[in-house]
Amino acid sequence: MTQVLAISFSLNGKTIAVDVPAHVLLIDLIRDRLGLRGTKRSCDMEVCGACTVLLDGEPISSCTTLAVDVDRRAVTTIEGVTPPDGLSRIQEAFVLHGGLQCGFCTPGFIMAVTALLETTPHPTDAEIRHYLDGNLCRCTGYTKIFEAVKSLARRQDAA
Amino acid sequence: MLPSPFQFERPSTIADAVRAVGDSGDGMFYAGGTELLLALKMRVIRIDRLIDIKGIPGLDCIAVNGMNEIEIGARCTHRKISGDPVIREHVPALASLCAEVANIRVRNVGTIGGNLCFGEPHADPPTMLAALNARLVLEGSRGTREVYADDFIRSEMETVREPDELLRVIVFPRPAGPVTYRRFKHGERPSVNVAMAWSLNPGRSTITSARVRVGALGSRPQPLTIVEGALRNVAVAEARRAIETALPAALDQLEVNADRHGGADYKRHLAGVLLLRNADEAIIAGGSWPK
Repeated sequence: MTQVLAISFSLNGKTIAVDVPAHVLLIDLIRDRLGLRGTKRSCDMEVCGACTVLLDGEPISSCTTLAVDVDRRAVTTIEGVTPPDGLSRIQEAFVLHGGLQCGFCTPGFIMAVTALLETTPHPTDAEIRHYLDGNLCRCTGYTKIFEAVKSLARRQDAA
Repeated sequence: MLPSPFQFERPSTIADAVRAVGDSGDGMFYAGGTELLLALKMRVIRIDRLIDIKGIPGLDCIAVNGMNEIEIGARCTHRKISGDPVIREHVPALASLCAEVANIRVRNVGTIGGNLCFGEPHADPPTMLAALNARLVLEGSRGTREVYADDFIRSEMETVREPDELLRVIVFPRPAGPVTYRRFKHGERPSVNVAMAWSLNPGRSTITSARVRVGALGSRPQPLTIVEGALRNVAVAEARRAIETALPAALDQLEVNADRHGGADYKRHLAGVLLLRNADEAIIAGGSWPK
């Protein structure tokens, strides 16, 4: 029997109130009900990172999170970190360093890097590699993505 | 993939949670869901009700208790344990282990209790908790009981926990010597792991006792009793030689499955390599114990 629960949460800074069946996953709520398609489903088992969103600022896999679990919490998706008139500095760095080709893994990477730089504005090389270890890319390769993130750490150092 | 529909309950006490699981139909405790939701999505587990324990206060505490033991609430995430000052001071190897479980997203929500209760053989925490001689405190409808980590996992994906028993806290003596952990992995789960905990004499020159556990090779972590015996009352400086002498016979005693992580001989060999690397680290760490 399907049980429907009323939840209320912040989505990219806006308060959302919806009724969701208890077994519905966060990724389906975000993409299908709320129409934010930037978050991608790929492995569907918390390994690839394509579906990464931030829950209270920390990266989680939206493919394996119950929608009811974000009740009274704050969810940030790729749409929430993209300025209306262009790109964020993280997205710009990915473009400048050629850190994307097909772009399917990119939203997940951007969300992970957003969380990393929020808590660690000047990550070491090892910290970047360790944090992004769970985001998979199957066409660009990791060197350019790593260099994009490294450029942000450096730029902040110089500032 | 979507799980089959279920009822969702949010009890605020352990007693209510235990009662809720015991109600009619199949209920199951739920916290991080990093293993359970995968199994529900793949429809290899079917349940009628999920009992969310995240609203129960006190299940995510970490502290040194009055018996000089370390207590870790079962609901602590890997991330919390990896950054906790008590764990980093007294069991830095456990903090490092938790900082390397799966990936950042899993560590943010996955709990140490869930990891143990799932009984996955290819897991990091059970091997070290067995080496630390941890006890698992279960709260059920028939009261409280404690189970040693060594006895908790019965076989692959199966533990001695009853469905209506909630793992509340994990308790182990504050280590009296270096604790080391090494693993080898292809994907996110360990193919082989080895944990070793030494107790040193007050002068730090001699190993009074050692616990060595090898994980992921069989259905649950296994003790290397021959190595443990060889290390008893041995000078730290002689530890490597003692292990090398005992190792062939000790490795022969291991139950080793051949699986997609590798053949049995290969993984048995890796266990020996990882153990000796642990020993090298412990010998150096022993000289400066406690920090």
